[in-house]
Amino acid sequence: MSELFMVEAVNDALHVELARDDSVMVLGEDVGRAGGVFRATAGLRDRFGADRCVDTPLAEAGILGGAVGLCMAGWRPVCEMQYDAFSYPCLDQLITHVGRYHWRTGGKMEFPLVVRMPYGGGVRAPELHDDSPETYYVHTPGVKVAIPSTPADAKGLLAAAIRDPDPVVVLEPKLIYRNERAEVPEGEFVVQLGKARLAREGSDATLVAYGAMVPLCERAADELEGEASVEVLDVRTLKPLDEEALLASAAKTGRVVIVQEAPRTAGFGAELAAILAEKAILDLHGPVLRVTGFDVPYPYWKIEDAYMPSVDRVVDAVRKLLAF
Amino acid sequence: MTQVAPGEHELRRVIDEDREVEGLGEQELLDFYRSMTLLRTYDERSLVYHRQGRIGTYAMFWNHEAMQAGSAHALADGDWIFPSYRESAIGLLRGIRASTILHWWRGHPAGWWNPADHNVASICVPIGTHVPHAAGLAWGKKLKGEKTVAIVYFGDGATSEGSFHEGANLAAVMQAPLILFCNNNQWAISTPLSAQTHAEALVDKAAGYGIPGVRVDGGDVLAVFEATREAVERARAGGGPTFVEAVSYRAAPHGTADDPRAYIDVERVEQEKRNECLGRYERYLRKLGVLGDELDAAIKAEALEVMRAGIAEAEAEPDPEVGLLFEHAYANPPASFAAELAELRRILGGGVG
Repeated sequence: MSELFMVEAVNDALHVELARDDSVMVLGEDVGRAGGVFRATAGLRDRFGADRCVDTPLAEAGILGGAVGLCMAGWRPVCEMQYDAFSYPCLDQLITHVGRYHWRTGGKMEFPLVVRMPYGGGVRAPELHDDSPETYYVHTPGVKVAIPSTPADAKGLLAAAIRDPDPVVVLEPKLIYRNERAEVPEGEFVVQLGKARLAREGSDATLVAYGAMVPLCERAADELEGEASVEVLDVRTLKPLDEEALLASAAKTGRVVIVQEAPRTAGFGAELAAILAEKAILDLHGPVLRVTGFDVPYPYWKIEDAYMPSVDRVVDAVRKLLAF
Repeated sequence: MTQVAPGEHELRRVIDEDREVEGLGEQELLDFYRSMTLLRTYDERSLVYHRQGRIGTYAMFWNHEAMQAGSAHALADGDWIFPSYRESAIGLLRGIRASTILHWWRGHPAGWWNPADHNVASICVPIGTHVPHAAGLAWGKKLKGEKTVAIVYFGDGATSEGSFHEGANLAAVMQAPLILFCNNNQWAISTPLSAQTHAEALVDKAAGYGIPGVRVDGGDVLAVFEATREAVERARAGGGPTFVEAVSYRAAPHGTADDPRAYIDVERVEQEKRNECLGRYERYLRKLGVLGDELDAAIKAEALEVMRAGIAEAEAEPDPEVGLLFEHAYANPPASFAAELAELRRILGGGVG
């Protein structure tokens, strides 16, 4: 075990996977010489060469579209999108080809590519460095989506994504990239896709979250201590979703609050709420509530704290539900 | 940085100049003719099949056969082809069955194929988005130390797309062995070239990427072959990508749902039809004494037979089973698919309905 920040765990995963499999390569903007703007790819170019950690032209559709062709040539490309909102030009490739090509070949050809990117707000950044675009990715057939909330999961989920035969998008919550070191297994380490993590056990209510909202929910649970026993479920893989874990927790506590920082309407929280409505209705003691961002552009940072779900808003929602 | 001369504006020609292409014997000349005839027959029969309700909406490539066959014959079998829907049948030249391509136009999943079987990528429907794929494949093969070249086909309209630019630029920066083959038929549905670009010629774009550009008569199969062969040889030798602008004129509608009379120069179309590429080549071969009536009839009959057998094979294929809906979306599908399929089967009672 070593104590690593999340971004260091990402870097560790890349080093381990590139060493393990010589068809794995990294490409993106500033990933080589600079080691990535967050240093997620630091040291890869020196260790594995400029052909396996490639500084590409500044072109997100070109990176992801190029990765489709690289897969056809036998590579397992790991593409970095520099920031959440800079990934939007690659959505064209993702929707029209990445999620469809395996299907289009009648299952004959695999496209084991990974798109990873830092995402999310609360970091006092300029416009379009703060988005939570997970729903766009989750909504695209043929694509899997994982979001870690701990350094160990950042390593293990990325390794799983790289080894997976399908395209996987890994969104890394940049708010907690370097806030706390935690234990990360050394060497090869894989966290299976499609398995949620019970971050904290409780009996009165469940907070369902992913990414940077998981530690926020844990703080809210702390604050409610003595008042209510709150469970925190870390989704970890949005697609394929661990429905079993979601339904088990709902059955156990009977109260569910979903927390996401993305805008509210048709966000991933709405999908979770719909599943609970379909499959857990008799287990619930009250409505499924959501604490989310709002249906507005992600704000300039002088007021971003009001936009982001906060401990106060989460605690307020749990109290409302307990009083229902 | 490489010094690259501005793209040539002069159209390269062979047939009209009555010259011969080095290295082409009688056999090769006839192979080109067979390929063009097969493509022409595929196209003309497909229009009939569409009218008979036997295939769905179809995008014709009539008078594009010289561009497709001429360039495809300049490749080695191991080289990769990335077709747009205008080159839907180019896989015939690599051994893909006519029924497979007919299935594609019939909306039947039997129209799927494994690109690696014939080194022919799937047909790209959205404009220009396959250019980065071809760049990635060519670059990826180069990284693996293989000598494979890729060709990507797109139209004049595609050069306005961001994907074209990102793919062409990536290929140039990586010096990927890629042929960017632009079939400039001067129309993107109803939009003329003048509304697509302010450049004097599309080949001028090559200079912006620092790569060679050539311009060729797209109705001259030998000129297309010669120009592509030169580009392929350069690419294989490590000289990077080339932009080939093949200039033609769209003498057929964009597709079966299009009526070009509202926008096209009808007289020009008639003029193009009189000078269409297959007839031009046929006259050249006859003059050369390579092709006579008997052989011509045999080649045409052979192509017709491919299509007859192809449509029969396609129509004999049963409708797809409903379970196919959930197959192949993922190599490793989510567990929820099984329950959804079971539910659907229960309601549908086993058939697609």
